[in-house]
Amino acid sequence: MRTEPPTSAPAAAPPVPRGALARLLDGDLFHSFIRSPITVLSALVVLAILVAALLAPVIAPQNPFDPATLNLMDGFTRPMQANEFTGNVYWLGTDAQGRDLFSAILYGSRVSILVGFAAVAFAAVLGITLGLVAGYRGGWVDSLIMRVADVQLSFPAILVALLIFGVFKGVVPPALHDKAAIYVLILAIGLSDWVQYARTVRSSTLAERNKEYVQAARVIGVPAPTILLRHILPNVMGPVLVIATIGLALAIILESTLSFLGVGVPPTQPSLGTLIRVGQDYLFSGEWWIVLFPGLTLLLLALSVNLLGDWLRDALNPRLRR
Amino acid sequence: MNVPHIDQMNAGGGLPLLSVRRLRVEFPSRRGTLLALDDVSFDIARGEVLGVVGESGAGKSLTGAAIIGLLEPPGRIAGGEILLDGEAIHELSGEAMRRLRGRRIAMIFQDPLTSLNPLYTVGEQLVETMLTHLELTPAAARERALALLDEVGIPAPAQRIDHYPHQFSGGMRQRVVIALALCAEPELIIADEPTTALDVSVQAQIIALLRRLCRQHHTAVMLVTHDMGVIAETADRVAVMYAGRVVEIGPVDEVVRAPAHPYTRGLMGAIPVLGDEVERLVQIDGAMPRLDAIPPGCAFHPRCAAAFARCRIECPELQPAGATRAACWLYAPAEMAEGGGR
Amino acid sequence: MPAFILRRLLQSVLVMLTVALVAFGLFRYIGDPVNNMVGQEATMAEREALRESLGLNDAVPLQFLRFVANAAQGEFGVSYRMARPVADVIAERLPATLELALISGFGALALGIALGVYTALRRDGWLSHAIMGLSLVGVSLPTFLIGILLIYVFAVELKVLPAFGRGEVVDLGWWTTGLLTPSGLKSLVMPAITLGLYQLTLIMRLVRAEMLEVLRTDYIKFARARGLSDRAVHFGHALRNTLLPVITITGLQIGSIIAFAIITETVFQWPGVGLLFITAVQFVDIPVMAAYLVLIALIFVVINLIVDLLYFVVDPRLRVQRSGRGQ
Repeated sequence: MRTEPPTSAPAAAPPVPRGALARLLDGDLFHSFIRSPITVLSALVVLAILVAALLAPVIAPQNPFDPATLNLMDGFTRPMQANEFTGNVYWLGTDAQGRDLFSAILYGSRVSILVGFAAVAFAAVLGITLGLVAGYRGGWVDSLIMRVADVQLSFPAILVALLIFGVFKGVVPPALHDKAAIYVLILAIGLSDWVQYARTVRSSTLAERNKEYVQAARVIGVPAPTILLRHILPNVMGPVLVIATIGLALAIILESTLSFLGVGVPPTQPSLGTLIRVGQDYLFSGEWWIVLFPGLTLLLLALSVNLLGDWLRDALNPRLRR
Repeated sequence: MNVPHIDQMNAGGGLPLLSVRRLRVEFPSRRGTLLALDDVSFDIARGEVLGVVGESGAGKSLTGAAIIGLLEPPGRIAGGEILLDGEAIHELSGEAMRRLRGRRIAMIFQDPLTSLNPLYTVGEQLVETMLTHLELTPAAARERALALLDEVGIPAPAQRIDHYPHQFSGGMRQRVVIALALCAEPELIIADEPTTALDVSVQAQIIALLRRLCRQHHTAVMLVTHDMGVIAETADRVAVMYAGRVVEIGPVDEVVRAPAHPYTRGLMGAIPVLGDEVERLVQIDGAMPRLDAIPPGCAFHPRCAAAFARCRIECPELQPAGATRAACWLYAPAEMAEGGGR
Repeated sequence: MPAFILRRLLQSVLVMLTVALVAFGLFRYIGDPVNNMVGQEATMAEREALRESLGLNDAVPLQFLRFVANAAQGEFGVSYRMARPVADVIAERLPATLELALISGFGALALGIALGVYTALRRDGWLSHAIMGLSLVGVSLPTFLIGILLIYVFAVELKVLPAFGRGEVVDLGWWTTGLLTPSGLKSLVMPAITLGLYQLTLIMRLVRAEMLEVLRTDYIKFARARGLSDRAVHFGHALRNTLLPVITITGLQIGSIIAFAIITETVFQWPGVGLLFITAVQFVDIPVMAAYLVLIALIFVVINLIVDLLYFVVDPRLRVQRSGRGQ
């Protein structure tokens, strides 16, 4: 006398595998975006910094890397005040060499953002690939990849990145250091951050692998790479997107940290972190703006990206939705 | 119609132990307020077992949660009253309600595997509950805990009392949960699907145990389930819920033998009573509406083969229908059914 | 229990061996150890003699074994840059880092749990929202910026705290401590805050998330239905269950504090192993890098073992065998 379904209606529509990315374009997510003013604001901030950084050569009043445009007399001009020798006014002031800080920040953000995006892309591709392979193949391949991931996970990203940097310095001839530094930076940050992607993708792959539609695809002889890319990957894009967003904030912070520690991009091509490193020396003599404005830009960028990531995670995770 | 006298079935004839009157529970949400319980009324007498049946989402568990004062926010009681022994408990302060929980009204949940805190021994959890409600020394509480474990049929309670929940099987854990509910000799136990998560072989034992203990302690039970079988062999009376309302209530034998409401008949896989066209009712087409899409009139009319014009417009109250009471226009007094009425 | 601990021990040894392999690889293959030690003027014969005495001509597995054996005794060779035994240099610097890491770690833990519990229980209060908002700023604020900000406010503008260094230290022979002098304590304030703030926000957010998760469980609902007081439900039941996963992740966090100390030590010129390591990276001082790597790995492994043991003490499901199943 079980009474649960007194219904002959067909059960819910057959389960079509629907990725989180498809949900992304649904009205729901867009609505939750519009309804969260702080998320919209952070999106605007990120967008503004992105555009400003991309268009730096057009927007910036001077090219801060071209010594010919710098006037030493302009050095240490306070923000919004005329220089006592030249009478020039700079919005955000200048540094010791008379470099316009606003221009330097635009160019610096450019480097930071470039490294951040490239490192995230590298980490994501590496992590997703290894995660898919580990989850789909299983066996010793899986164990090997996951053990490596475990060991690496017990070391903080910064340490891994520093080590890679140390190795690079020992291997590459000093003449090439400045040229290669930025690529090494991307490599180091990317290598330090792939584990998250691999773990998430692997567990989703394990879950999807045994579902009927994947089994069916296997039976009719669809090659493994096609199954992975067509059927399994779309299902894991939601979490990956969340990790990548938060990863972008982490990568930007890590880049600036490494540059601050003096092992990042060379001073000839400063990122926000390098600007802060240089500016720190002038803090004690009262030239606070040299460090403050690059610092604020960095904070604003990282905070906005983090806020976006936070919102995305909540929006894609129905369990946390209230 | 005035406040209807819902129940003439009170055996003792005195004040019912629990009396729920026109209870409304709302869930305010971004898309507007959902009415989860609408006009729910019933009584439970002392020592009586009231079965509450219905599909998931019909509001059975919510009724239990509202009575014991544990509605999940943002859910809230929007109207009606809940009287325990004549006292309006729905307007008690949080602290007064807390002292009542476990002491006078206890609750048993569906899944015994997750109902017990894994980090404390069953003895610790029993003693903690007793010390909260009763004036006992810890030693006396432990004595009582031992006796209770014995009473609910845990073998070797002297050893088992110091075991952790994970050391018990599902059925044994539900026995512990029952012991916890009985700790302070409550007058009413709300059992929310107490056997659903258990093996079929264990279900009968647990139900028998619950029934026996409640007889002995003269405890009333509100037994929430979707299993008519359990109700038929355990309950004195049964309330059938559909889309947040009670659609039929009456003595369990009568409801099983001659269900009045078309929905109840569907639940019973009923044999036609009223005429040929009702034969299709053996299975009810469609599904229960979602809370945000409850149709006007009688919520069941889109699925009801016996529906007529009035069912689409007016929502029926409970009215006498044979030996039970049903919320169905089929049983409206003649002059009302003609459309004269109010 | 012994099997469980034994398995963890074995895993720890494996991790240490892996790290040792990396460290050995660094030492053996990055640059030429001989070049780094003797400089350009040495003759071929001198080089060959050194090469032989260092055992660089032996089979590589043998060299690795020797490396591990030496490392186990704290022998990591001589720093290229300072020409002193690495072990001595590290022993000299370690107390500074450990004092800093422990104080900021436990501070972050205590405050993080308190704030996490508060924000979970009062999840809709304005103060909780404020704390959560600030914590996001804390996560987004790079450690070195926090340090610079603190230096500017408290050292440059207010002039109440020293901007760098460790202050006066007391030498206890095998340990130097800054905890016993006023200037040592004052010097510790800003670095400890800088280092702890990030961990604090992480722990707080983790505790809050776990606590909210636990508050939704059936046994908490059942505890409420039994009429237990809010205090008993929140602290007796919810908090204790919350701390289980928190222990694990906090263990990892406290480990990572030691690595994050690299940044803090750079900002405040704190004479610890982190500063030593960053200088070693800049000057490609491989023996120091290798030793630091092994040291950090060792600390991680030890902390993880402690965490496992703690877990064992707290969670009866690990401690007590299942029994009496049936029925």
